[in-house]
Amino acid sequence: MGTHVIKMPDIGEGIAEVELSVWHVKVGDMVVEDQVLADVMTDKAMVDIPSPVHGKVIALGGQPGEVMAVGSVLISIEVEGAGNVKESAQPAPVKEAPVAAAKVETVVESKPVAAPSPKAAVCQGPMVARAADERPLASPAVRKHALDLGIQLRLVRGTGPAGRVLHEDLDAYLAQGQSNASAPVAAAYAQRIDEQQIPVIGMRRKIAQRMQDATQRAAHFSYVEEIDVTAVEELRAHLNEKHGATRGKLTLLPFLVRAMVVALRDFPQMNARYDDEAQVITRLGAVHVGVATQSDVGLMVPVVRHAEARSLWDSAAEIARLANAARNGKASRDELSGSTITLTSLGALGGIVSTPVLNLPEVAIVGVNKIVERPMVIKGQIVIRKMMNLSSSFDHRVVDGMDAALFIQAIRGLLEQPATLFVD
Amino acid sequence: MQTLNTTLLIIGGGPGGYVTAIRAGQLGIPTILVEGQSLGGTCLNIGCIPSKALIHVAEQFHQTRHHHQLSPLGISVSAPTLDITKSVEWKDGIVDRLTTGVAALLKKNKVQVIQGWAKVVDGKTVDVGDTRIQCEHLVLATGSKSVNLPMLPIGGPIISSTEALVPTSVPKRLIVVGGGYIGLELGIAYRKLGAEVSVVEAQERILPAYDAELTQPVHDELRKLGVKLYLKHSVQGFDSKENTLQILAPNGATLNLETDQVLVAVGRKPNTQGWNLEALNLDMNGSSIKIDHRCQTSMRNVYAIGDLSGEPMLAHRAMAQGEMVAELISGKSREFNPTAIAAVCFTDPELVVVGKTPDEANAAGLDCIVSSFPFAANGRAMTLESKSGFVRVVARRDNHVIVGWQAVGVGVSELSTAFAQSLEMGARLEDIGGTIHAHPTLGEAVQEAALRALGHALHL
Repeated sequence: MGTHVIKMPDIGEGIAEVELSVWHVKVGDMVVEDQVLADVMTDKAMVDIPSPVHGKVIALGGQPGEVMAVGSVLISIEVEGAGNVKESAQPAPVKEAPVAAAKVETVVESKPVAAPSPKAAVCQGPMVARAADERPLASPAVRKHALDLGIQLRLVRGTGPAGRVLHEDLDAYLAQGQSNASAPVAAAYAQRIDEQQIPVIGMRRKIAQRMQDATQRAAHFSYVEEIDVTAVEELRAHLNEKHGATRGKLTLLPFLVRAMVVALRDFPQMNARYDDEAQVITRLGAVHVGVATQSDVGLMVPVVRHAEARSLWDSAAEIARLANAARNGKASRDELSGSTITLTSLGALGGIVSTPVLNLPEVAIVGVNKIVERPMVIKGQIVIRKMMNLSSSFDHRVVDGMDAALFIQAIRGLLEQPATLFVD
Repeated sequence: MQTLNTTLLIIGGGPGGYVTAIRAGQLGIPTILVEGQSLGGTCLNIGCIPSKALIHVAEQFHQTRHHHQLSPLGISVSAPTLDITKSVEWKDGIVDRLTTGVAALLKKNKVQVIQGWAKVVDGKTVDVGDTRIQCEHLVLATGSKSVNLPMLPIGGPIISSTEALVPTSVPKRLIVVGGGYIGLELGIAYRKLGAEVSVVEAQERILPAYDAELTQPVHDELRKLGVKLYLKHSVQGFDSKENTLQILAPNGATLNLETDQVLVAVGRKPNTQGWNLEALNLDMNGSSIKIDHRCQTSMRNVYAIGDLSGEPMLAHRAMAQGEMVAELISGKSREFNPTAIAAVCFTDPELVVVGKTPDEANAAGLDCIVSSFPFAANGRAMTLESKSGFVRVVARRDNHVIVGWQAVGVGVSELSTAFAQSLEMGARLEDIGGTIHAHPTLGEAVQEAALRALGHALHL
């Protein structure tokens, strides 16, 4: 038996620290080659760490949420054969990490280890599920203590004789932070005393930090304007009818991107990054539009690069591709950074008004609200029009209210006369 | 009408009710307890305690007579006589001391006791006379009553256990209807007090709730004591002119048994009548109130505990339920979830059942080792002039976790403590086998039963 150590890999871009997000294994688990051991994340990208070997997990190098140095020991796995460290377990030099995996793979191939039965792995876990009617073996004091703690004894692994649940097992279970399953199973409308603690780690911590940073540093100024989208919606329907089958369906987003690109020609101060430490505003010629996207792990902002050089369908395809990648957690670091202005839309849930939070160091974010048909007065006649609000925020430190209003009015003009979107 | 407000109202001052009240008082819950008769309920007044007192009198009298006749112990005494009135006074003294003690404990814990019959108005309102009590939580603990037979109405020579516990004289002949534990405990006591006792039981053996192996020593002792058994016989009626009980034999013949008294002991039923329980329209489980694992009824904040909530109708179950309910009401997270509730019959010899019997373990689909150790091989039993009976253990074959204990023999009621504790602690055969049991005690048979299950009993 030897020990195979996997170190925190260098994910690229010269990052020195990586946050450990989730463990998919625990000490005592049997793992097979290519089984995902952990998720780690850099600035915004989540990366899977697969196991290069068969074996049994003997130590974990950190807790979820911990920021670990590249090259530090991530996990130790007991393997058949020599492993990649001496039994004395001296810390291997950091450089060795990338090659170590390949080296041991060959060792393992020469001495294949039978895949462990899933049952064995389950038994070794800290949590064990008994059948609903199976009575866990535990003394009255342990049972009462479990009730006090709101722990379902059924889920606690017993380490005593014949699997008896001991006080220590309750402590261990609590330490594992799995005390969330507790609600009393009483009649309907019973009072609930359970609570659930969710560590703010990984994506959520990143989002929290960025949102707090944005609201603390920028002076948010929000501006809402109503836009008659009847014409652009007609154009969209027409284009979809004509080209939908061959070029793909268009949503309203590519039109908005186009409107922003055109309007920004006259308002370069909106397509900028404000470095408030250096006190420099950088205006950019390229329009990289961040598109706020909801994923399972939280808000992500993949970036449509060089929107100024894209056609409607080009933009549409890129938005769809990036949204998919972000939702599946497969968006790369490049795809998640570098925007110059952001577009945020809740689609059909857009509501009437929103107050978007700036994606610092950008200075403008355009929010899209819901399209509704409304009676409008046009030339003394009440007519039904498709109306949509744009709720936008600006960094008032560097963007004046007047400019912000004019920028939105320019977008409004472009969308209400959609032909002007394409007249240069 | 006077109105009282309280957090907790308990109807019934028996073991379930008074324990609920004491625990609630300890937890600082404002509590009112309503009792129509005497604190302590059936258990202290007309059940467990007085019957054990009477059994003790009977045993002492019986032993003395035994010495008078032919005692192998070398004791000789003149023929004893019995002043049953004094016996009853002695018993009443014990009951008085205990019920007074309960009253003192309730007072100490600031429980307000209201004497009178409760009448339920709704789930938060109960009337007692012209007092209306409003509560947030209502605990129903009204206990149980003896089941009566329509052809044997209580009165005159026909008595229930209540009358049997306050005899003014010992009848010459007594027929006990019902071969369960109440009938046998009292039947044996009356036999030892000098009555000619017969037991009529509809089923094919006595103590039909327990298995034949376990009840055999009791059966043997009944024969030895001269108690006549009419098994598989059913009662037809009573002729009060002739003082004869008609019973139907299994062959269809009717027997007329002359007797001075008939004790009807055919079981107990939840006391659901006479206090307007109907007002709550609770879900029932047969004749008892349906409860969940927190003793909650189908109405929110209304609890039922003890005999009212069905089998097993045992005082210690009611007490444990009451303690739990009080803690629940105080806001703690609690369940009534014992591994086992011991059942004890104070027959001669005594009988104890805790946890699963071999049959029950089998029915539950458990592969079990069943092993017993006879008191015939236990030194202490011999010094108590007792050789009958045994301790039996039932344990899972796969991990040796003990799932049940049974014992029959002199003094085995006290072993129930060890049995229940081993089950609650999840003991394995090795744990009991590895515990040094003092010598010479009956408890050695407990250790030996476990060792025998492991294949290496020492004294067999």
